[in-house]
Amino acid sequence: MNVNTLKYYFRESTRSVLRNSWLSVASVGTIIISLLILGSSLLLVLNVRHIVSTVESSLEITVFLEDGLDEEALKRMEEEIKFVPGVARVEFVTKEQALEDLKESFGDKADILSGLEKDNPLPNSFRIKTSEAEMVPRAARQLEKLEGVEQVRYGQGVVEKLLSLTHWVRIWGSLTLVVLGAAAVFLIATTIRMSVFARRREIGIMKMLGATNFFVRMPFMLEGMMLGLAGGLVAALIIYFGYLSLLNKVAVTLPFIQLVNDPQTLYRVLGGLLGLGFGIGAVGSAISLHRFLRV
Amino acid sequence: MIQLYNVSKIYPNGVKALNDVTLHIKKGEFVFLVGPSGAGKSTLTKLICREELPSRGQVLVNGRNVARMKNRDVPHLRRKIGMVFQDFRLIPNKTVYENVAFALEVTGASSKEIKKVVPTVLRMVGLEKKAGMLPAHLSGGEQQRTSVARAIVNNPVLLLADEPTGNLDPETSWELMKLFLDINRRGTTIVMATHAWDIVDSMKKRVVALSNGCIIRDEEGGVYGYEC
Ligand SMILES: Nc1ncnc2c1ncn2[C@@H]1O[C@H](COP(=O)(O)OP(=O)(O)OP(=O)(O)O)[C@@H](O)[C@H]1O
Ligand SMILES: [Mg+2]
Repeated sequence: MNVNTLKYYFRESTRSVLRNSWLSVASVGTIIISLLILGSSLLLVLNVRHIVSTVESSLEITVFLEDGLDEEALKRMEEEIKFVPGVARVEFVTKEQALEDLKESFGDKADILSGLEKDNPLPNSFRIKTSEAEMVPRAARQLEKLEGVEQVRYGQGVVEKLLSLTHWVRIWGSLTLVVLGAAAVFLIATTIRMSVFARRREIGIMKMLGATNFFVRMPFMLEGMMLGLAGGLVAALIIYFGYLSLLNKVAVTLPFIQLVNDPQTLYRVLGGLLGLGFGIGAVGSAISLHRFLRV
Repeated sequence: MIQLYNVSKIYPNGVKALNDVTLHIKKGEFVFLVGPSGAGKSTLTKLICREELPSRGQVLVNGRNVARMKNRDVPHLRRKIGMVFQDFRLIPNKTVYENVAFALEVTGASSKEIKKVVPTVLRMVGLEKKAGMLPAHLSGGEQQRTSVARAIVNNPVLLLADEPTGNLDPETSWELMKLFLDINRRGTTIVMATHAWDIVDSMKKRVVALSNGCIIRDEEGGVYGYEC
Protein backbone atom coordinates (compact mmCIF):
# COMPACT_ATOMS: atom_id res chain seq x y z
CA MET A 1 0.00 0.00 0.00
CA ASN A 2 1.49 3.33 -0.98
CA VAL A 3 1.07 6.90 0.18
CA ASN A 4 -1.29 7.75 -2.63
CA THR A 5 -3.67 4.95 -1.70
CA LEU A 6 -3.63 6.03 1.95
CA LYS A 7 -4.32 9.59 0.88
CA TYR A 8 -7.22 8.31 -1.19
CA TYR A 9 -8.70 6.41 1.79
CA PHE A 10 -8.52 9.44 4.04
CA ARG A 11 -9.79 11.87 1.42
CA GLU A 12 -12.79 9.70 0.61
CA SER A 13 -13.70 8.98 4.21
CA THR A 14 -13.49 12.64 5.22
CA ARG A 15 -15.67 13.54 2.26
CA SER A 16 -18.24 10.99 3.35
CA VAL A 17 -18.25 12.27 6.91
CA LEU A 18 -18.93 15.78 5.64
CA ARG A 19 -21.56 14.65 3.17
CA ASN A 20 -23.50 12.85 5.93
CA SER A 21 -22.87 15.67 8.36
CA TRP A 22 -26.14 15.30 10.31
CA LEU A 23 -25.94 11.59 10.71
CA SER A 24 -22.27 11.89 11.54
CA VAL A 25 -23.05 14.37 14.32
CA ALA A 26 -25.82 12.15 15.65
CA SER A 27 -23.66 9.07 15.77
CA VAL A 28 -20.70 10.86 17.31
CA GLY A 29 -23.10 12.40 19.85
CA THR A 30 -24.47 9.01 20.85
CA ILE A 31 -20.98 7.64 21.23
CA ILE A 32 -20.02 10.61 23.38
CA ILE A 33 -23.02 10.16 25.66
CA SER A 34 -22.53 6.45 26.13
CA LEU A 35 -18.84 6.87 26.79
CA LEU A 36 -19.52 9.69 29.25
CA ILE A 37 -21.84 7.40 31.16
CA LEU A 38 -19.28 4.64 31.10
CA GLY A 39 -16.45 6.96 32.10
CA SER A 40 -18.28 8.60 35.00
CA SER A 41 -19.66 5.37 36.44
CA LEU A 42 -16.23 3.82 36.14
CA LEU A 43 -14.66 6.73 38.01
CA LEU A 44 -17.41 6.63 40.62
CA VAL A 45 -16.85 2.93 41.29
CA LEU A 46 -13.10 3.37 41.39
CA ASN A 47 -13.43 6.26 43.81
CA VAL A 48 -15.83 4.52 46.15
CA ARG A 49 -13.46 1.60 46.36
CA HIS A 50 -10.58 3.92 46.91
CA ILE A 51 -12.35 5.85 49.67
CA VAL A 52 -13.61 2.73 51.37
CA SER A 53 -10.15 1.26 51.44
CA THR A 54 -8.42 4.43 52.59
CA VAL A 55 -10.85 5.39 55.33
CA GLU A 56 -9.21 3.51 58.14
CA SER A 57 -12.33 2.98 60.27
CA SER A 58 -14.22 1.38 57.41
CA LEU A 59 -11.98 -1.63 57.78
CA GLU A 60 -12.73 -1.96 61.46
CA ILE A 61 -15.23 -4.11 63.30
CA THR A 62 -15.85 -3.86 67.02
CA VAL A 63 -17.15 -6.94 68.78
CA PHE A 64 -18.66 -6.14 72.19
CA LEU A 65 -18.51 -9.00 74.66
CA GLU A 66 -20.82 -10.21 77.37
CA ASP A 67 -19.68 -9.52 80.88
CA GLY A 68 -18.12 -12.22 83.01
CA LEU A 69 -16.10 -14.14 80.47
CA ASP A 70 -12.98 -15.69 81.96
CA GLU A 71 -9.44 -15.48 80.65
CA GLU A 72 -9.66 -18.85 78.95
CA ALA A 73 -12.89 -18.06 77.12
CA LEU A 74 -11.35 -14.83 75.83
CA LYS A 75 -8.29 -16.67 74.54
CA ARG A 76 -10.51 -19.17 72.77
CA MET A 77 -12.59 -16.43 71.20
CA GLU A 78 -9.55 -14.61 69.94
CA GLU A 79 -8.42 -17.80 68.22
CA GLU A 80 -11.84 -18.33 66.69
CA ILE A 81 -12.00 -14.75 65.44
CA LYS A 82 -8.66 -15.11 63.73
CA PHE A 83 -10.17 -17.92 61.68
CA VAL A 84 -13.04 -15.82 60.33
CA PRO A 85 -12.34 -15.10 56.64
CA GLY A 86 -11.16 -11.55 55.97
CA VAL A 87 -9.92 -10.88 59.48
CA ALA A 88 -6.43 -9.46 59.43
CA ARG A 89 -5.77 -8.31 62.97
CA VAL A 90 -7.43 -8.77 66.38
CA GLU A 91 -6.90 -6.58 69.40
CA PHE A 92 -8.46 -7.05 72.81
CA VAL A 93 -9.74 -3.87 74.48
CA THR A 94 -10.65 -3.97 78.16
CA LYS A 95 -13.59 -1.99 79.44
CA GLU A 96 -11.12 0.30 81.28
CA GLN A 97 -9.25 0.99 78.09
CA ALA A 98 -12.54 1.65 76.30
CA LEU A 99 -13.49 4.25 78.85
CA GLU A 100 -10.10 5.93 78.52
CA ASP A 101 -10.55 6.07 74.73
CA LEU A 102 -14.00 7.52 75.15
CA LYS A 103 -12.70 10.18 77.55
CA GLU A 104 -9.99 11.07 75.12
CA SER A 105 -12.51 11.54 72.33
CA PHE A 106 -14.51 13.93 74.55
CA GLY A 107 -11.42 16.04 75.14
CA ASP A 108 -11.99 18.85 77.62
CA LYS A 109 -15.58 17.82 78.18
CA ALA A 110 -14.36 14.53 79.65
CA ASP A 111 -15.75 15.55 83.06
CA ILE A 112 -19.19 14.27 82.12
CA LEU A 113 -17.76 10.81 82.24
CA SER A 114 -16.16 11.10 85.65
CA GLY A 115 -17.64 8.77 88.21
CA LEU A 116 -18.19 6.04 85.69
CA GLU A 117 -14.99 4.31 86.72
CA LYS A 118 -16.64 2.69 89.73
CA ASP A 119 -19.38 1.04 87.76
CA ASN A 120 -18.04 1.03 84.20
CA PRO A 121 -20.98 0.44 81.82
CA LEU A 122 -18.76 -0.23 78.84
CA PRO A 123 -18.17 -3.84 77.85
CA ASN A 124 -14.92 -5.57 76.99
CA SER A 125 -14.41 -5.78 73.26
CA PHE A 126 -12.31 -7.02 70.38
CA ARG A 127 -11.22 -4.49 67.79
CA ILE A 128 -10.82 -6.26 64.49
CA LYS A 129 -9.20 -5.08 61.27
CA THR A 130 -10.19 -6.70 58.00
CA SER A 131 -7.98 -6.98 54.98
CA GLU A 132 -10.53 -5.47 52.56
CA ALA A 133 -13.55 -3.25 52.99
CA GLU A 134 -15.74 -5.63 50.99
CA MET A 135 -15.11 -8.33 53.61
CA VAL A 136 -16.52 -6.29 56.48
CA PRO A 137 -20.24 -7.12 56.26
CA ARG A 138 -19.74 -10.85 55.82
CA ALA A 139 -17.13 -11.11 58.55
CA ALA A 140 -19.41 -9.15 60.88
CA ARG A 141 -22.27 -11.58 60.32
CA GLN A 142 -20.02 -14.51 61.19
CA LEU A 143 -18.69 -12.79 64.29
CA GLU A 144 -22.23 -12.25 65.56
CA LYS A 145 -22.68 -16.00 65.74
CA LEU A 146 -19.80 -16.54 68.13
CA GLU A 147 -20.58 -17.46 71.72
CA GLY A 148 -20.12 -14.70 74.24
CA VAL A 149 -20.69 -11.90 71.73
CA GLU A 150 -23.15 -9.25 72.76
CA GLN A 151 -23.08 -6.95 69.77
CA VAL A 152 -21.09 -6.38 66.60
CA ARG A 153 -20.63 -2.86 65.25
CA TYR A 154 -18.93 -1.61 62.14
CA GLY A 155 -18.83 1.54 59.97
CA GLN A 156 -22.38 2.52 61.05
CA GLY A 157 -23.64 1.16 57.72
CA VAL A 158 -21.49 3.56 55.68
CA VAL A 159 -19.50 0.76 54.19
CA GLU A 160 -22.59 -1.14 53.21
CA LYS A 161 -24.21 1.94 51.76
CA LEU A 162 -21.17 2.83 49.72
CA LEU A 163 -20.78 -0.71 48.51
CA SER A 164 -24.43 -1.05 47.57
CA LEU A 165 -24.15 2.28 45.75
CA THR A 166 -21.32 0.93 43.63
CA HIS A 167 -23.36 -2.22 43.12
CA TRP A 168 -26.27 -0.23 41.65
CA VAL A 169 -23.99 2.05 39.70
CA ARG A 170 -22.46 -1.02 38.14
CA ILE A 171 -25.79 -2.56 37.22
CA TRP A 172 -27.43 0.60 35.86
CA GLY A 173 -24.22 1.83 34.34
CA SER A 174 -23.72 -1.35 32.37
CA LEU A 175 -27.38 -1.49 31.40
CA THR A 176 -27.48 2.04 29.98
CA LEU A 177 -24.10 1.43 28.47
CA VAL A 178 -25.33 -1.64 26.61
CA VAL A 179 -28.45 0.15 25.35
CA LEU A 180 -26.63 3.32 24.33
CA GLY A 181 -23.69 1.36 22.96
CA ALA A 182 -26.06 -0.61 20.76
CA ALA A 183 -27.70 2.63 19.64
CA ALA A 184 -24.29 4.06 18.81
CA VAL A 185 -23.32 0.99 16.79
CA PHE A 186 -26.65 1.16 15.00
CA LEU A 187 -26.25 4.84 14.16
CA ILE A 188 -22.74 4.30 12.85
CA ALA A 189 -24.02 1.42 10.75
CA THR A 190 -26.78 3.65 9.36
CA THR A 191 -24.32 6.42 8.56
CA ILE A 192 -22.07 4.04 6.70
CA ARG A 193 -25.06 2.57 4.92
CA MET A 194 -26.01 6.03 3.68
CA SER A 195 -22.46 6.59 2.49
CA VAL A 196 -22.48 3.31 0.62
CA PHE A 197 -25.85 4.15 -0.88
CA ALA A 198 -24.72 7.61 -1.98
CA ARG A 199 -21.77 6.06 -3.76
CA ARG A 200 -23.21 2.82 -5.11
CA ARG A 201 -22.70 3.83 -8.73
CA GLU A 202 -19.14 4.78 -8.05
CA ILE A 203 -18.60 1.49 -6.25
CA GLY A 204 -19.85 -0.38 -9.30
CA ILE A 205 -17.42 1.52 -11.51
CA MET A 206 -14.57 0.91 -9.11
CA LYS A 207 -15.26 -2.81 -9.19
CA MET A 208 -15.21 -2.78 -12.98
CA LEU A 209 -11.90 -0.94 -12.94
CA GLY A 210 -10.40 -3.74 -10.89
CA ALA A 211 -10.59 -2.35 -7.37
CA THR A 212 -10.22 -4.99 -4.68
CA ASN A 213 -12.90 -5.42 -2.03
CA PHE A 214 -10.43 -4.11 0.48
CA PHE A 215 -9.92 -0.95 -1.55
CA VAL A 216 -13.67 -0.41 -1.93
CA ARG A 217 -14.39 -1.01 1.73
CA MET A 218 -11.50 0.77 3.34
CA PRO A 219 -12.84 4.36 3.08
CA PHE A 220 -16.15 3.28 4.63
CA MET A 221 -14.40 1.36 7.37
CA LEU A 222 -12.23 4.39 8.01
CA GLU A 223 -15.26 6.64 8.08
CA GLY A 224 -16.78 4.61 10.92
CA MET A 225 -13.49 4.45 12.77
CA MET A 226 -13.03 8.20 12.45
CA LEU A 227 -16.51 8.87 13.83
CA GLY A 228 -15.90 6.45 16.69
CA LEU A 229 -12.52 7.92 17.48
CA ALA A 230 -13.96 11.44 17.40
CA GLY A 231 -16.65 10.40 19.88
CA GLY A 232 -14.08 8.69 22.10
CA LEU A 233 -11.79 11.71 22.00
CA VAL A 234 -14.51 14.20 22.93
CA ALA A 235 -15.79 11.95 25.73
CA ALA A 236 -12.26 11.42 27.07
CA LEU A 237 -11.57 15.16 27.05
CA ILE A 238 -14.83 15.99 28.83
CA ILE A 239 -14.18 13.30 31.45
CA TYR A 240 -10.59 14.44 31.87
CA PHE A 241 -11.28 18.12 32.41
CA GLY A 242 -14.48 17.47 34.33
CA TYR A 243 -12.65 15.16 36.68
CA LEU A 244 -9.76 17.58 37.13
CA SER A 245 -12.13 20.34 38.20
CA LEU A 246 -13.92 17.90 40.50
CA LEU A 247 -10.60 17.00 42.11
CA ASN A 248 -9.88 20.68 42.66
CA LYS A 249 -13.28 21.38 44.17
CA VAL A 250 -13.11 18.37 46.48
CA ALA A 251 -9.59 19.29 47.57
CA VAL A 252 -10.88 22.70 48.65
CA THR A 253 -14.26 21.89 50.17
CA LEU A 254 -13.89 18.31 51.38
CA PRO A 255 -10.16 18.02 52.05
CA PHE A 256 -10.54 14.85 54.13
CA ILE A 257 -11.83 12.89 51.13
CA GLN A 258 -9.10 11.32 49.05
CA LEU A 259 -10.20 10.79 45.43
CA VAL A 260 -8.37 8.62 42.94
CA ASN A 261 -5.85 10.86 41.27
CA ASP A 262 -2.93 8.80 40.19
CA PRO A 263 -2.28 9.60 36.53
CA GLN A 264 -1.86 5.99 35.51
CA THR A 265 -5.40 4.99 36.49
CA LEU A 266 -6.80 8.12 34.87
CA TYR A 267 -4.95 7.58 31.62
CA ARG A 268 -6.07 3.99 31.59
CA VAL A 269 -9.71 5.11 31.88
CA LEU A 270 -9.26 7.74 29.15
CA GLY A 271 -7.43 5.31 26.89
CA GLY A 272 -10.22 2.81 27.44
CA LEU A 273 -12.83 5.36 26.35
CA LEU A 274 -10.85 6.24 23.25
CA GLY A 275 -10.37 2.59 22.36
CA LEU A 276 -14.01 1.79 22.96
CA GLY A 277 -15.14 4.68 20.74
CA PHE A 278 -12.88 3.40 18.03
CA GLY A 279 -14.23 -0.11 18.55
CA ILE A 280 -17.86 1.04 18.28
CA GLY A 281 -17.05 2.82 15.02
CA ALA A 282 -15.25 -0.18 13.60
CA VAL A 283 -17.98 -2.65 14.59
CA GLY A 284 -20.73 -0.36 13.26
CA SER A 285 -19.15 0.04 9.86
CA ALA A 286 -18.17 -3.62 9.67
CA ILE A 287 -21.80 -4.61 10.29
CA SER A 288 -23.00 -2.20 7.65
CA LEU A 289 -20.46 -3.27 5.05
CA HIS A 290 -21.23 -6.90 5.76
CA ARG A 291 -24.93 -6.30 5.14
CA PHE A 292 -24.97 -3.68 2.41
CA LEU A 293 -21.75 -4.01 0.52
CA ARG A 294 -21.45 -7.60 -0.51
CA VAL A 295 -18.92 -6.89 -3.16
CA MET B 1 -6.92 -15.16 -25.02
CA ILE B 2 -10.71 -15.50 -24.98
CA GLN B 3 -12.67 -18.70 -25.41
CA LEU B 4 -16.42 -19.10 -25.19
CA TYR B 5 -17.86 -22.60 -25.29
CA ASN B 6 -21.60 -23.02 -25.88
CA VAL B 7 -22.36 -19.92 -23.91
CA SER B 8 -25.94 -18.89 -23.24
CA LYS B 9 -27.03 -15.92 -21.20
CA ILE B 10 -30.53 -15.62 -19.88
CA TYR B 11 -31.16 -12.48 -17.81
CA PRO B 12 -33.20 -12.83 -14.62
CA ASN B 13 -36.22 -11.33 -16.39
CA GLY B 14 -36.16 -14.23 -18.83
CA VAL B 15 -34.62 -12.45 -21.84
CA LYS B 16 -32.34 -14.76 -23.72
CA ALA B 17 -29.51 -12.45 -24.79
CA LEU B 18 -27.03 -15.07 -26.01
CA ASN B 19 -27.78 -18.53 -27.31
CA ASP B 20 -25.15 -21.26 -27.54
CA VAL B 21 -22.28 -19.04 -28.61
CA THR B 22 -18.86 -20.56 -29.25
CA LEU B 23 -16.09 -18.12 -30.06
CA HIS B 24 -12.30 -18.05 -29.88
CA ILE B 25 -10.22 -14.90 -29.95
CA LYS B 26 -6.44 -15.14 -30.05
CA LYS B 27 -3.98 -12.82 -28.40
CA GLY B 28 -3.28 -9.73 -30.50
CA GLU B 29 -6.41 -9.98 -32.61
CA PHE B 30 -8.65 -7.05 -33.54
CA VAL B 31 -12.27 -8.18 -33.64
CA PHE B 32 -15.40 -6.23 -34.57
CA LEU B 33 -18.69 -7.34 -33.05
CA VAL B 34 -21.58 -6.29 -35.26
CA GLY B 35 -25.28 -6.96 -35.24
CA PRO B 36 -28.60 -5.21 -34.79
CA SER B 37 -29.56 -3.51 -31.59
CA GLY B 38 -30.39 -6.09 -28.95
CA ALA B 39 -28.36 -8.82 -30.67
CA GLY B 40 -26.26 -9.43 -27.56
CA LYS B 41 -23.04 -7.54 -28.30
CA SER B 42 -22.89 -5.76 -24.99
CA THR B 43 -23.85 -8.95 -23.20
CA LEU B 44 -20.91 -10.72 -24.80
CA THR B 45 -18.45 -8.09 -23.60
CA LYS B 46 -20.00 -8.17 -20.13
CA LEU B 47 -19.44 -11.91 -19.92
CA ILE B 48 -15.78 -11.48 -20.80
CA CYS B 49 -15.09 -8.99 -18.02
CA ARG B 50 -17.30 -10.95 -15.63
CA GLU B 51 -19.79 -8.18 -15.14
CA GLU B 52 -22.31 -10.91 -15.89
CA LEU B 53 -21.97 -14.66 -15.42
CA PRO B 54 -22.96 -17.11 -18.18
CA SER B 55 -26.18 -19.05 -17.61
CA ARG B 56 -24.75 -21.99 -19.48
CA GLY B 57 -21.39 -22.82 -21.06
CA GLN B 58 -17.86 -21.72 -20.20
CA VAL B 59 -16.10 -18.40 -20.62
CA LEU B 60 -12.29 -18.55 -20.45
CA VAL B 61 -10.14 -15.45 -20.36
CA ASN B 62 -6.38 -15.92 -20.31
CA GLY B 63 -7.03 -19.61 -19.76
CA ARG B 64 -9.09 -19.02 -16.65
CA ASN B 65 -12.73 -19.89 -16.24
CA VAL B 66 -14.35 -16.64 -15.14
CA ALA B 67 -17.41 -18.32 -13.60
CA ARG B 68 -15.28 -20.45 -11.31
CA MET B 69 -12.87 -17.68 -10.47
CA LYS B 70 -12.52 -16.80 -6.79
CA ASN B 71 -13.93 -13.42 -5.84
CA ARG B 72 -10.57 -12.07 -4.85
CA ASP B 73 -9.06 -12.93 -8.26
CA VAL B 74 -11.65 -10.92 -10.17
CA PRO B 75 -9.95 -7.53 -9.60
CA HIS B 76 -6.78 -8.86 -11.13
CA LEU B 77 -8.66 -10.06 -14.20
CA ARG B 78 -10.27 -6.66 -14.62
CA ARG B 79 -7.02 -4.78 -14.26
CA LYS B 80 -5.80 -6.58 -17.37
CA ILE B 81 -8.92 -5.55 -19.26
CA GLY B 82 -9.64 -2.01 -20.39
CA MET B 83 -13.33 -1.34 -20.83
CA VAL B 84 -15.11 1.34 -22.78
CA PHE B 85 -18.72 1.17 -21.67
CA GLN B 86 -21.60 1.97 -23.96
CA ASP B 87 -22.94 4.22 -21.19
CA PHE B 88 -19.46 5.65 -20.38
CA ARG B 89 -19.81 5.16 -16.61
CA LEU B 90 -17.82 8.19 -15.64
CA ILE B 91 -17.89 9.33 -12.02
CA PRO B 92 -19.93 12.55 -12.07
CA ASN B 93 -18.12 14.42 -9.31
CA LYS B 94 -14.66 13.74 -10.65
CA THR B 95 -13.01 15.74 -13.43
CA VAL B 96 -11.83 14.18 -16.68
CA TYR B 97 -8.33 13.96 -15.25
CA GLU B 98 -9.54 12.42 -11.99
CA ASN B 99 -11.72 9.91 -13.78
CA VAL B 100 -8.79 8.68 -15.82
CA ALA B 101 -6.45 8.79 -12.83
CA PHE B 102 -8.98 6.78 -10.85
CA ALA B 103 -8.38 3.69 -12.97
CA LEU B 104 -4.77 3.83 -11.82
CA GLU B 105 -5.65 4.80 -8.29
CA VAL B 106 -7.79 1.73 -7.67
CA THR B 107 -4.89 -0.48 -8.63
CA GLY B 108 -2.75 1.22 -6.00
CA ALA B 109 -0.54 3.20 -8.37
CA SER B 110 1.73 5.90 -6.98
CA SER B 111 0.93 9.55 -7.56
CA LYS B 112 4.18 9.91 -9.44
CA GLU B 113 3.11 7.31 -11.95
CA ILE B 114 -0.34 8.84 -12.24
CA LYS B 115 1.08 12.29 -12.92
CA LYS B 116 3.25 10.86 -15.62
CA VAL B 117 0.76 8.66 -17.46
CA VAL B 118 -2.57 10.48 -17.31
CA PRO B 119 -1.62 13.63 -19.28
CA THR B 120 -0.09 11.46 -22.01
CA VAL B 121 -3.24 9.43 -22.40
CA LEU B 122 -5.44 12.52 -22.39
CA ARG B 123 -3.31 13.92 -25.21
CA MET B 124 -3.74 10.67 -27.14
CA VAL B 125 -7.54 11.08 -27.11
CA GLY B 126 -7.36 14.85 -27.65
CA LEU B 127 -8.72 15.88 -24.28
CA GLU B 128 -5.71 17.63 -22.76
CA LYS B 129 -7.62 20.92 -22.75
CA LYS B 130 -10.63 19.46 -20.96
CA ALA B 131 -8.72 17.77 -18.16
CA GLY B 132 -10.24 19.93 -15.43
CA MET B 133 -13.87 19.63 -16.51
CA LEU B 134 -16.64 17.56 -15.00
CA PRO B 135 -18.36 14.93 -17.17
CA ALA B 136 -21.66 16.82 -17.04
CA HIS B 137 -20.04 19.77 -18.82
CA LEU B 138 -18.68 17.64 -21.65
CA SER B 139 -20.23 16.74 -24.97
CA GLY B 140 -21.21 13.12 -25.54
CA GLY B 141 -18.14 12.54 -27.69
CA GLU B 142 -15.84 14.05 -25.09
CA GLN B 143 -17.30 11.84 -22.40
CA GLN B 144 -16.78 8.88 -24.67
CA ARG B 145 -13.15 9.76 -25.24
CA THR B 146 -12.68 10.16 -21.48
CA SER B 147 -14.02 6.65 -21.13
CA VAL B 148 -11.54 5.46 -23.78
CA ALA B 149 -8.67 7.22 -22.04
CA ARG B 150 -9.60 5.52 -18.79
CA ALA B 151 -9.75 2.14 -20.52
CA ILE B 152 -6.27 2.37 -22.01
CA VAL B 153 -4.48 4.18 -19.19
CA ASN B 154 -3.12 1.08 -17.51
CA ASN B 155 -1.93 -0.69 -20.63
CA PRO B 156 -4.50 -3.47 -20.72
CA VAL B 157 -3.79 -6.74 -22.52
CA LEU B 158 -7.39 -6.73 -23.68
CA LEU B 159 -9.47 -3.75 -24.70
CA LEU B 160 -13.24 -4.27 -24.71
CA ALA B 161 -14.86 -1.31 -26.42
CA ASP B 162 -18.63 -1.14 -26.59
CA GLU B 163 -19.50 1.32 -29.38
CA PRO B 164 -16.60 3.66 -28.65
CA THR B 165 -17.38 5.80 -31.70
CA GLY B 166 -21.14 6.00 -31.10
CA ASN B 167 -21.07 9.70 -30.31
CA LEU B 168 -18.14 10.81 -32.42
CA ASP B 169 -18.04 12.70 -35.70
CA PRO B 170 -16.41 10.77 -38.58
CA GLU B 171 -13.11 12.57 -38.25
CA THR B 172 -12.74 11.98 -34.50
CA SER B 173 -13.88 8.38 -35.05
CA TRP B 174 -10.98 7.85 -37.41
CA GLU B 175 -8.56 9.46 -35.00
CA LEU B 176 -9.75 7.01 -32.37
CA MET B 177 -9.43 4.07 -34.75
CA LYS B 178 -5.85 5.05 -35.49
CA LEU B 179 -5.22 5.07 -31.76
CA PHE B 180 -6.80 1.62 -31.43
CA LEU B 181 -4.70 0.28 -34.31
CA ASP B 182 -1.64 1.67 -32.64
CA ILE B 183 -2.51 0.02 -29.33
CA ASN B 184 -3.32 -3.19 -31.15
CA ARG B 185 0.02 -3.14 -32.93
CA ARG B 186 1.72 -2.94 -29.54
CA GLY B 187 0.07 -6.24 -28.61
CA THR B 188 -3.28 -5.39 -27.02
CA THR B 189 -6.14 -7.59 -28.09
CA ILE B 190 -9.16 -5.52 -29.07
CA VAL B 191 -12.82 -6.49 -29.16
CA MET B 192 -15.02 -3.68 -30.37
CA ALA B 193 -18.81 -3.71 -30.66
CA THR B 194 -19.95 -1.19 -33.23
CA HIS B 195 -22.59 -0.01 -35.66
CA ALA B 196 -20.09 2.03 -37.68
CA TRP B 197 -20.22 0.11 -40.96
CA ASP B 198 -17.76 2.41 -42.75
CA ILE B 199 -15.08 1.76 -40.15
CA VAL B 200 -15.64 -1.99 -40.21
CA ASP B 201 -15.61 -2.11 -43.98
CA SER B 202 -12.39 -0.19 -44.45
CA MET B 203 -10.37 -1.69 -41.60
CA LYS B 204 -10.53 -5.23 -42.99
CA LYS B 205 -10.40 -6.92 -39.60
CA ARG B 206 -12.13 -9.99 -38.24
CA VAL B 207 -15.89 -9.43 -38.04
CA VAL B 208 -18.20 -11.45 -35.80
CA ALA B 209 -21.86 -10.88 -36.58
CA LEU B 210 -24.48 -11.55 -33.91
CA SER B 211 -28.20 -11.72 -34.38
CA ASN B 212 -30.76 -12.73 -31.77
CA GLY B 213 -28.00 -13.98 -29.53
CA CYS B 214 -26.43 -16.29 -32.15
CA ILE B 215 -23.24 -15.91 -34.16
CA ILE B 216 -24.39 -15.87 -37.75
CA ARG B 217 -21.10 -15.00 -39.41
CA ASP B 218 -17.43 -14.90 -38.41
CA GLU B 219 -14.90 -13.93 -41.05
CA GLU B 220 -11.39 -12.59 -41.27
CA GLY B 221 -11.15 -9.28 -43.18
CA GLY B 222 -14.91 -9.11 -43.22
CA VAL B 223 -17.33 -6.32 -43.86
CA TYR B 224 -20.29 -4.93 -41.97
CA GLY B 225 -23.59 -6.77 -42.26
CA TYR B 226 -25.67 -9.31 -40.46
CA GLU B 227 -27.92 -10.73 -43.11
CA CYS B 228 -27.13 -14.29 -44.07
N1 LIG C 1 -29.47 -6.31 -17.42
C1 LIG C 1 -30.36 -6.81 -18.29
N2 LIG C 1 -31.49 -7.38 -17.81
C2 LIG C 1 -32.38 -7.89 -18.65
N3 LIG C 1 -32.26 -7.91 -19.96
C3 LIG C 1 -31.17 -7.37 -20.51
C4 LIG C 1 -30.17 -6.79 -19.70
N4 LIG C 1 -29.19 -6.33 -20.50
C5 LIG C 1 -29.57 -6.62 -21.75
N5 LIG C 1 -30.75 -7.25 -21.78
C6 LIG C 1 -31.46 -7.73 -22.94
O1 LIG C 1 -30.58 -8.60 -23.62
C7 LIG C 1 -30.66 -8.40 -25.00
C8 LIG C 1 -29.30 -8.12 -25.56
O2 LIG C 1 -28.84 -6.88 -25.04
P1 LIG C 1 -27.43 -6.25 -25.39
O3 LIG C 1 -27.26 -5.04 -24.58
O4 LIG C 1 -26.40 -7.31 -25.28
O5 LIG C 1 -27.62 -5.85 -26.92
P2 LIG C 1 -26.62 -5.07 -27.89
O6 LIG C 1 -26.30 -5.99 -28.99
O7 LIG C 1 -25.50 -4.53 -27.13
O8 LIG C 1 -27.54 -3.89 -28.43
P3 LIG C 1 -27.11 -2.38 -28.78
O9 LIG C 1 -26.52 -2.45 -30.14
O10 LIG C 1 -28.41 -1.64 -28.81
O11 LIG C 1 -26.19 -1.93 -27.74
C9 LIG C 1 -31.62 -7.26 -25.23
O12 LIG C 1 -32.87 -7.83 -25.62
C10 LIG C 1 -31.77 -6.61 -23.89
O13 LIG C 1 -33.09 -6.16 -23.67
MG1 LIG D 1 -24.88 -2.71 -26.56
